[in-house]
Amino acid sequence: MASSLGTLIEWYDFYIFGSLAVVLATKFFPADNPTAAFLSTLATFAAGFVVRPFGALFFGRLGDIIGRKYTFLVTLLIMGFSTFLIGCVPEYETIGYAAPVLVLILRLLQGLALGGEYGGAATYVAEYSQPNRRGYWTSWIQTTATSGLFISLIVILVTKTSLSPEEFDSWGWRIPFWISILMVGVSYIIRRNMAESPLFAKAKKEGKTSKNPLKESFGNKFNFKFVLLALFGAVMGQGVIWYTGQFYSMSFMQKVMNIESAQVDTMMALALFVATPLFVLFGWLSDKIGRKPIMMIGMLLAIIAYRPIYKAMYNSVKIESKVVTKNGLTEKRTVKVHAKIPTDSLITFHQEKVFTDGTVMKKDSIVHWAAAGPSMVNGKPEEPLIKQAITVNPDTRWLLIVLVFIQVVFVTMVYGPIAAFLVEMFPLKIRYTSMSLPYHIGNGVFGGLLPAVATYLVVSGKSAGHSEWYLEGLWYPIVVAAVCLVIGTLYLKTKNKSLEEDELVEETEVENPVV
Amino acid sequence: MDQVKKILGIVWMLLALVVAYYGLSMFGIPKIMSDKQEDTVFGWIILTVLMPIIVGGLGIFGWYSFTGEYSDDKV
Repeated sequence: MASSLGTLIEWYDFYIFGSLAVVLATKFFPADNPTAAFLSTLATFAAGFVVRPFGALFFGRLGDIIGRKYTFLVTLLIMGFSTFLIGCVPEYETIGYAAPVLVLILRLLQGLALGGEYGGAATYVAEYSQPNRRGYWTSWIQTTATSGLFISLIVILVTKTSLSPEEFDSWGWRIPFWISILMVGVSYIIRRNMAESPLFAKAKKEGKTSKNPLKESFGNKFNFKFVLLALFGAVMGQGVIWYTGQFYSMSFMQKVMNIESAQVDTMMALALFVATPLFVLFGWLSDKIGRKPIMMIGMLLAIIAYRPIYKAMYNSVKIESKVVTKNGLTEKRTVKVHAKIPTDSLITFHQEKVFTDGTVMKKDSIVHWAAAGPSMVNGKPEEPLIKQAITVNPDTRWLLIVLVFIQVVFVTMVYGPIAAFLVEMFPLKIRYTSMSLPYHIGNGVFGGLLPAVATYLVVSGKSAGHSEWYLEGLWYPIVVAAVCLVIGTLYLKTKNKSLEEDELVEETEVENPVV
Repeated sequence: MDQVKKILGIVWMLLALVVAYYGLSMFGIPKIMSDKQEDTVFGWIILTVLMPIIVGGLGIFGWYSFTGEYSDDKV
């Protein structure tokens, strides 16, 4: 529990920033300041998927030299304090440029810490586990990324509902960051009392640890080819399936289907909550029938099912095929005059439609109106800014929850057994370093690219006039997962790899591993 | 199976070249030339961090596969 709790808190800390990005942008990164906007973009991209592999290298090396326990204790503290301090940084209005710079630094520290945390926790738990239960025990670590996302959504939801919108906007947004320090404190006390991994402790005592894990991992051809095999035969596909099921599905419902964001959040939370135990189920099953078959079947099912699933999602809220109820149309026009320039104003055309099946659509078309008429862009009247939000009826809501749940099942199949799989791939003395890098590249690079690439493909498909443009974004996860499926099926061994150090575990007679 | 892995090695190396082409022509250079600051940052990250990892990694993987490093007796 100690290892899982720490990893869960690290994911919670990481997601809080993403979930509150809209609020943070107004506090630290004012949109009308290009330099601040630049720092904001860096904070999002850099820590999101560039810094994590560097954290994997830095802390992985420490973990293979000093030990697993102390290294992931340090990553926990760095993550916890960075998150807490983001909640303490004064706003841009108070300290100017120092605010976005400080937030960027703290965000980079978060990314580095996360890069070091996962490998340490997975390695520690695996080395503590009985050889025939390694998949089961490490699968608890695998639940933490999803649970961290779930808890961050719940904490923000509770904070928002406990405060007025003005209070939340003024100072309440800091609470989820401050809460982190309490959780980190508890987790630190638990982790501090843990013993070092028995396998590593024995190797260290005998002087069998690596002096230069980076060189041995990536400078040695024999080890390096396994690093590449782990990346292209398993983690690359796992990364895109993870991001598709848990993030692309969310942004698809919000941006492509225009469903109200609060309703999307609750649907996502419910699907994640129901599916999370399956990480443990598939981890346990991987001990029985092997890691490879479960991961490869998960990838195959995802490749086959993604297009039908997203087609069904899109068609479930197709407004064009619905009928408006009698008196179900409301239209309103409001004008908001600019606070300082009375001749400038924003005109909002509000339209609300209630359909016979219970679906409700709200649409705002906002036009900027200057003294001489509508604002002009390149000699033409400016296009109105359209905001549309659909509230789906209960039947559609349940259908969407089931469709997201199916995607999360694929996530649990590819992600549940992967920690044990990676740990078993590398020798003890370079395990932390070797497994951390492919994991964070697979997730950070291949998975992290998914939102940008998928959005690009959808926009391109729409502008090219494809009839099913909304499915174009799926080509990225489908192609990447298909390549990974071929490599994994042909190159990976079917049987779970037996660690050379297994006999050491038996010698220590661990009956109740600390997970 | 070892022969299949060797032939596929060529496929992975070609795939690395395809990724390099599309990475440069669709994401890297167009994003860098964009007026939007967020696109520019994304473009530089694609070109300097992600492309070398993906193209280099897949290319080396293909080469190892082609030269028999992943044959059954060596894995």
